[in-house]
Amino acid sequence: MSALDLFWLVPALPLAGAAINGLLLRNSQKPLVTAVGVGLPGLSLLVALAALVEWSASVRPAAYEQVLWAWTAGPAAFDVGFRLDALSAVMLFVVTFVGFWIHVYSVGYMGHDAGYRRYFAYLNLFMGAMLLLILGNNYLVLFVGWEGVGLCSYLLIGYYFEEAFPPYAGKKAFIVNRIGDFGFLLGLFAIWSTWGTLHFGQLGEKILADPAVAHRPFALGLSTAAFIALFLFVGATGKSAQIPLFVWLPDAMAGPTPVSALIHAATMVTAGVYMVVRTNVIYQLAPEISTVVAVVGAATAIFAATIGIAQNDIKKVLAYSTVSQLGYMFLAAGVGAYKAAIFHLGTHAFFKACLFLGSGSVIHAMGGEQDIRKMGGLRKHLPATYATFAISTLAIAGIPGLAGFFSKDEILGATFLAHVPAARLLWGVGLLTAALTACYMSRLVFLTFFGDFRGSHEQEHHLHESPRVMTLPLWVLAVGAIVSGWIGIPSGMWEAFGAHDRDWLGHFLAPVVAVIPGHEAGEHHASQALELALIGASIAAAVVGIYLAARLWLRRGLEADASFAARAPRLQKLLEEKYRVDELYDRIVVRPIAKLARICWKVIDELVIDGGLNVAAFLTEITGDLGRFTTTGNVRNYALYFFAGVMLLLWWMVL
Amino acid sequence: MTVPVSWYLLLAAALFAIGVFGALTRRSGIAIFLSIELMLNAANLVLAAYARLLGERSGQMVVFFALAVAAAEAAVGLALFIAVFRLRKTIDIDRINLMRW
Amino acid sequence: MEGGFLNLLAGDSITRLVFFPTVAALPLVFLRRASVRTIKLYGLAAALVEVALMVLWAGQHWDAAGILARDPVLEWISLPGLSIVYEVGIDGISLPLVLLTGLLLPLVLLGSWRGIERWWPGFVASMLVLTTGILGALVALDLFLFYVFWEVMLIPMYFVIGIWGGERRVRAAVKFFLFTMAGSLVMLLGILWLGWTYSRLAGVWSFRYEDLLRLELPIGEQLWLFAAFALAFGVKVPMFPVHTWLPDAHVEAPTGGSVVLAGILLKLGTYGFLRFALPLFPHGARQLGPWLVALALVGIIYGALVAWVQPDLKKLVAYSSIAHLGFVMLGILAVDLVAWQGALIQMVNHGLSTGALFLLVGMLYDRRHTKKFEDFGGLAKVVPWFSFFLVFSALASVGLPALNGFVGEFLILLGTWSVGMRAATAVAAFGVILAAVYLLHMVQATLFGPITHEENRNLRDLDGREVAALLPLCVLMLWIGVAPRAFLEPSRPALESVLAGYQARLEQPAPERAELGRADFRTASRAFAAAAREAELPR
Repeated sequence: MSALDLFWLVPALPLAGAAINGLLLRNSQKPLVTAVGVGLPGLSLLVALAALVEWSASVRPAAYEQVLWAWTAGPAAFDVGFRLDALSAVMLFVVTFVGFWIHVYSVGYMGHDAGYRRYFAYLNLFMGAMLLLILGNNYLVLFVGWEGVGLCSYLLIGYYFEEAFPPYAGKKAFIVNRIGDFGFLLGLFAIWSTWGTLHFGQLGEKILADPAVAHRPFALGLSTAAFIALFLFVGATGKSAQIPLFVWLPDAMAGPTPVSALIHAATMVTAGVYMVVRTNVIYQLAPEISTVVAVVGAATAIFAATIGIAQNDIKKVLAYSTVSQLGYMFLAAGVGAYKAAIFHLGTHAFFKACLFLGSGSVIHAMGGEQDIRKMGGLRKHLPATYATFAISTLAIAGIPGLAGFFSKDEILGATFLAHVPAARLLWGVGLLTAALTACYMSRLVFLTFFGDFRGSHEQEHHLHESPRVMTLPLWVLAVGAIVSGWIGIPSGMWEAFGAHDRDWLGHFLAPVVAVIPGHEAGEHHASQALELALIGASIAAAVVGIYLAARLWLRRGLEADASFAARAPRLQKLLEEKYRVDELYDRIVVRPIAKLARICWKVIDELVIDGGLNVAAFLTEITGDLGRFTTTGNVRNYALYFFAGVMLLLWWMVL
Repeated sequence: MTVPVSWYLLLAAALFAIGVFGALTRRSGIAIFLSIELMLNAANLVLAAYARLLGERSGQMVVFFALAVAAAEAAVGLALFIAVFRLRKTIDIDRINLMRW
Repeated sequence: MEGGFLNLLAGDSITRLVFFPTVAALPLVFLRRASVRTIKLYGLAAALVEVALMVLWAGQHWDAAGILARDPVLEWISLPGLSIVYEVGIDGISLPLVLLTGLLLPLVLLGSWRGIERWWPGFVASMLVLTTGILGALVALDLFLFYVFWEVMLIPMYFVIGIWGGERRVRAAVKFFLFTMAGSLVMLLGILWLGWTYSRLAGVWSFRYEDLLRLELPIGEQLWLFAAFALAFGVKVPMFPVHTWLPDAHVEAPTGGSVVLAGILLKLGTYGFLRFALPLFPHGARQLGPWLVALALVGIIYGALVAWVQPDLKKLVAYSSIAHLGFVMLGILAVDLVAWQGALIQMVNHGLSTGALFLLVGMLYDRRHTKKFEDFGGLAKVVPWFSFFLVFSALASVGLPALNGFVGEFLILLGTWSVGMRAATAVAAFGVILAAVYLLHMVQATLFGPITHEENRNLRDLDGREVAALLPLCVLMLWIGVAPRAFLEPSRPALESVLAGYQARLEQPAPERAELGRADFRTASRAFAAAAREAELPR
């Protein structure tokens, strides 16, 4: 019995954990709940690692497929099956590894919560769904996982359901995701109606066998590939919180912090990126839409970064940071740098999860407070948290040596050299965003961990470092934030320093990127000097951002924010209120539809249709009322009617 | 020397007309019944006349049937009127409008 | 004839499945003085026996090839020149609905256990007779017989709503009855016309489905006949704009009535389209199809929108039925095998998920005697199992993948898209978003947020009986969602043959005058023909 035969256990174990914790166990059996809730994902991780090793030693680079059962048969036949190839391998490692450590962290963070069992049931359900998403061998299984993680997001955001806001935020997340799913479904239908399959392998073969099919006009003035690429991307913007469907992510911070770490930083939101990379053959055949992807990614990146700098809730800053970093990933995918997108996905998972869990540690220490204006100087009280938080901040800022530097630089480099219109502009936006990222993340660190404590006395007494069950994952992830970059140091960087190309991740992922005859993406190959210059620019952006943040917030603390607010009050307000996008959507979408619904109900249903029926009934009634007058009870009247009738009969018979 | 059949027809027509007029204009229920009897007898007269003329016995048979029916109907009608009289103390048909709306 | 019918009733036949509930209802006359509990258990026992009979019958008679299984034909009304027969049969299209009917009957009785407060014998009898009417309509192969059963369904339902319903029950019951009857009368005209046309061409009147399928009518006649049938079935589905009887009926009906109404009765409209309206009048259907598609789309969007703004829980679920069945209609009108598979399974799915939702609403009503959202809120803390089932059923209704609703919706949309109706698919897919909007709103307003009413703090969670009523539905919802093949495959041959017949008829244009096609050429259901040959029935 090889590990690969047991591959189906990888998603099945967490799902079993969800069922056991959700339906069988009780709140009082806490140790058992922990054993199931953490142990089964841990077991899943072990099986995954064993399967990866075995696959790597045997059939790699070919994909390993395991079909479990036939979902439907007949003309629309789909199977439920899993696929282990380079792309799903990377995703598998990230999801199971980071996911496992977040489960461990949750034992500490949610330890005192009454709904502990329910939490782990939902979290396991999420792991199962996410694994279905990344391991599915066709778009249908992917979609099952896609919606499944959306469901778990809804359940976990709305975890504190006794308050009014979390369920609302959960509902918002689900519905915005569904809007994206609308596009996703249309893209799926287009794929199926053109090539007759949703299976990744078969689809790839069919497309490459005759790429011209993809260029045929399809609908809305787009080619087949462009239509599919665009509509799938709509789905991705919903799931991965890009413009215009990002509005659910900041509100999603209402859920418990480990949830934000797992779902809204490391895994679920990256599903869109995974999907685009998985579909890279179609995106390569639709360059216009790829450009759209890149532009949206870049726009989202800078847009979210500008909002992040004006937020005062520690989790909100991180949320907008996530949106922004996801934008980077789409920028990479849009310019065809698929490996860079996945690379950044992996490094981001480590440092962002570490940041979120660290913020959880801070919130835990602060007794639930999330406003950074009430924090300060916490590095004395929370040394481990501070250390890991700082490491991850340096990573996200793009300081050389740490993971984020390598992945971000690769993205920027690829953008600069890409064959898309406005490539240099996109690069500039990306660079500016990098500076902003470094800036607002450093702001967060300075205001939270440096300076004087600004909170209340009770809060100050309460400050303590988190228990080991929480700090251990922090350290693991922080180490990952350093180390995970080293396996994928881009070829360009190796070349820039004149060294031998050791881009292990790049070589590993190469089979996943389709090579389309006649479509070879030729990047400009940059000269060594240009490469070095680009690297230098990235480093400069990071350093400038940190330096600016230090001058403003390390030196002056909150006063820096206040003086900015004084000098540009309207801009400050705009950023703080996140450009009032939610209010805009409410005004142009939600309220008109609600109004339409009410009109349909009150006017059409009740007034017109039912009213019409009531009128008809009324007419029948008055006809009856009028008819009554003929029944006078008077015999002579009846005799008259009789006589008249006889006359008519005679007349008719004679004539 | 037979009587021409047209005389019988004229007589029957006159009787019938008188009967119709009586049925439509009289107020008393009994009078209406009398008029109805007149109409029936007018028809009987025509039947008998033609039976004699054509030498058909079946015409005379029908007269017997009609007479029997007339008698039965008069009996029923008089019984109805007696019942109504007990209720309404009148047989003025304008006053017996029990089946009003 | 008497001997024949009683023989059928006693033997292992479809007739026994259809009439057993009514036969079981007869002893209730003598049990008038028994306790309410006895009556309840008697009804439950009768329902379970019916389920057992169905399962046994299906196990023995069902042919894996999905060919029609039928009872011997009996002469019913036989005059010179007129022959109306009693002919019943089940194929892959009617079987799922028959089984659904059997499944829902005991669950309805369980769900009504506490809700019905007076005259239980009458309630049980009504439900049993109603079941007979529904089953009869599903298996009738003679249009006259079908019409009789169609009308028979109305009367017990009228009583259920009118006697055991809410405050404005009589008005709702009358509205339900008049709406359905108005449509049905037009269909009766159509049926009579068909019989008369057949008699003109073949010399003898017949209302047999197979005989009438041979009729090839000119386009003018097809148009008005299809419209007539479409009106009758459209009222039942219900389609916009003849849908307004449904919300009133659901709000006033008792829980059990709503479950049967939404669970099965509505499906008879869509079944009627699939079985009668489309195969009998293909050219008319093709021409009027786009209009019905538009109405179906309006139903999807309109139903969802109006559901969203309802203050009454039951009305929300009622309007959601309009939206869901709009999907089914869209699938049927797409005339594609994948879409039809989706439509048929969605009929079953809707019965399961909406049945569960109505049962849950009823359970809530049993406790709080209100159905208004403003009276709820924050219940998840108080009644966790109730909340679980409610969320589960709502998600199945939303069409979450891995649950049953997704299978139907996905196949319907896939089929509709692949025949080229792309804009319609996009509009319907938009309806998927709206489904999430109103169903999550329902869940949130009922279960989440702070508890606003003190009475809600002491609500009892579900007891064993209530869980027993919900569990079969939820198990099926998950099973069909995860492994739908076993549920889809048995119907495929029947759907294929009906589709093939329909498309074959469309290859020729409609004739100038009515004609009678050859017997086994181009009948709309070759399966029927094959089974008839096997049974050596007169043709």
